[in-house]
Amino acid sequence: MTDRSNPQKNVQRTVRQSMLIVLGMCCFVVAMVPLYDLLCEITGLNGKTGGPYTFDPATTEPDKSRLVRVNFITNANGGMVWDFWPEKGGVRVHPGELKEVNFYVKNTTDRVMMGQAIPSLVPITATQYFHKTECFCFNQQILQPGEEMAMPMRFIVDRDLPKNVQSINLSYALFDITEAMGDVAVVGG
Amino acid sequence: MSEVIHADHHDDADHHGSGDHGPEKGLARWLFTTNHKDIGTLYLWFSFLMLLIGGVMALIVRTELFQPGLQFVNPEFFNQMTTNHGLIMVFGAIMPAFVGLANWLVPMQVGAPDMALPRMNNLSFWILPFAFGIMISTLFMEGGGPNFGWTFYAPLSTTYAPDSVTFFIFAVHMMGASSIMGSINIIATILNMRAPGMTLMKMPMFVWTWLITAYLLLAVMPVLAGVVTMMLFDIHFNTSFFDAAGGGDPVMFQHIFWFFGHPEVYIMILPAFGVVSHILPAFSRKPLFGYDSMVYAVASIAFLSFIVWAHHMFTVGMPLAGQLFFMYATMLIAIPTGVKVFNWTATMWKGSMTFETPMLFAIAFVVLFTIGGFSGLMLAIAPVDYQYHDTYFVVAHFHYVLVPGALFSIIAAVYFWFPKWTGKMYNETMGKLHFWLSFIGVNITFFPQHFSGLAGMPRRIPDYALQFADFNMLSSVGAFIFGFSQLVFLYVIIHGIRNGKPAEGRSWEGARGLEWTLPSPAPYHSFTKPPQVRDEEVHG
Repeated sequence: MTDRSNPQKNVQRTVRQSMLIVLGMCCFVVAMVPLYDLLCEITGLNGKTGGPYTFDPATTEPDKSRLVRVNFITNANGGMVWDFWPEKGGVRVHPGELKEVNFYVKNTTDRVMMGQAIPSLVPITATQYFHKTECFCFNQQILQPGEEMAMPMRFIVDRDLPKNVQSINLSYALFDITEAMGDVAVVGG
Repeated sequence: MSEVIHADHHDDADHHGSGDHGPEKGLARWLFTTNHKDIGTLYLWFSFLMLLIGGVMALIVRTELFQPGLQFVNPEFFNQMTTNHGLIMVFGAIMPAFVGLANWLVPMQVGAPDMALPRMNNLSFWILPFAFGIMISTLFMEGGGPNFGWTFYAPLSTTYAPDSVTFFIFAVHMMGASSIMGSINIIATILNMRAPGMTLMKMPMFVWTWLITAYLLLAVMPVLAGVVTMMLFDIHFNTSFFDAAGGGDPVMFQHIFWFFGHPEVYIMILPAFGVVSHILPAFSRKPLFGYDSMVYAVASIAFLSFIVWAHHMFTVGMPLAGQLFFMYATMLIAIPTGVKVFNWTATMWKGSMTFETPMLFAIAFVVLFTIGGFSGLMLAIAPVDYQYHDTYFVVAHFHYVLVPGALFSIIAAVYFWFPKWTGKMYNETMGKLHFWLSFIGVNITFFPQHFSGLAGMPRRIPDYALQFADFNMLSSVGAFIFGFSQLVFLYVIIHGIRNGKPAEGRSWEGARGLEWTLPSPAPYHSFTKPPQVRDEEVHG
């Protein structure tokens, strides 16, 4: 099996091989983060809807034979004190039809704050079929003390939505990211 | 028996002839030692100290839970106790104890003079007291120590963690470095330093289980280091790996953690399988039944441990296909485990059994570990896991596999190899007293937790609904019996070292393996010339 004449050399080789495993696993754990994101994006597993979608109403005919109910849920996460509510609890749409709904936020404090809404959608099988041409979750909101803001969200339910999906629940969690106000950047929607 | 010792006189002769030196005197011996036996001893005493510290924490938890309502500690401190109890027992007691056993036993069992990398061996031990010093010191810092559970789920361990979490992260890094170095050392020893004639399929089971365990450690310790590093970045460098507000995903933490965590639980049980596979044949006076299948079973369990991690998180909302996959993959583990339990039972079948203390602990291991295995199968069933998840049923399950599983096997190993290590025999009556107190204590502690868990008592709470009062009181009584019976263990060890009767080279009639061909206590330097590997000493 191994050459016994030089045990020290064999030990060194085993150590090198072992270090390679460790190094390989270090790379693997770093790669896990983008791989996880990629997997979620492809499968919609974590219920995150995609970024801005381009849609031309002229080329897509709404599927009048179906009606899908889309429910909206809003909640201010953890320490977030803003009021956050949707224009209505839900709408019925035809797949392929562009719809606009307003969401409202109000900064109830006496200081300038920044918020970020993060979407989550169930059932996860519908995630890839829910497109947004415009959403407040694509960027952050900075509100002055006492300011209230209406935020439009335009969406299309894809015509290819699986037949067994009759209702979709779209939830937004609003986070307080005032601390990160210095480096405003667009994060995934 | 005497022929066996004489057969190895060449080893003794070599001992005197080469101007060999014994251990240094005083503290320097322990600080600078590169001797595998010294380092094994250091590991074992360190893990015993950690067992006592972690045990005191468990008793604080059980004292608070003796009755419903808040009596002794506030909930914040209670959370720190459950968290640190888990961390210390997993990383400070069980894992170092097995590394200590590996240090003592692997070179002697494969016929090597020492570990392959003796200086690194010293380093990998001496990192540990500092790592745990740092971790335990956080309990005295402003804001307290880790309080987020031993699984340290983000964002509880990032956004909502006490400031001391950074110390916790570095402590975990240090433990990981220690484990990786220890594993490399064990692998290098086993692969390169076996006596001529000891082929892989002639290696003792303890060596086999540790070889596989060491590879598991190499594979998952970097993952643990990676996940705590991501936490560090989220806390201090404004990244958002696990922060949903910045586009991250807290569920990803659980995936990465359990990708480490599930192999980790097998790291804590595979060497136990090895220990039991030595003790049962010795006291049944029969060779181990189905050696080859034992090796393959351990290897299959190790492989399966990498593809079942999400059974810890059935309730995060994963698709049905994922639940089914992880459910069936998990249940698959019952097959190689069943092979092992069957083989242990078959080893005892029609053997000339005697019931010395190590045997009692080993038999208790087989029975109680199997109970823990069955509750694991129940937890593997995805649809019912929704009821069991995060209840005391889970607590009962993993304590059954870790306490009368891993810990009992370590205790059994200490009793079994004690005469080889010290050259003295422990007091058998006191050993049996220790066994029966531990056996009764452990079952009184953990069996009722199955029932309170099934009835819906959540884990990690300092107070609970009144209907769980009786089960909890029983559990607390058992915990104190079990906890204090470990002082009997300490007494038996110290009494044995000081006043034990001299032990023979082959201290147990049925013991087989190269280590038993050495005199007792094993000389400070053993097998400086490779021994003959004879058939009657392998597959013992």
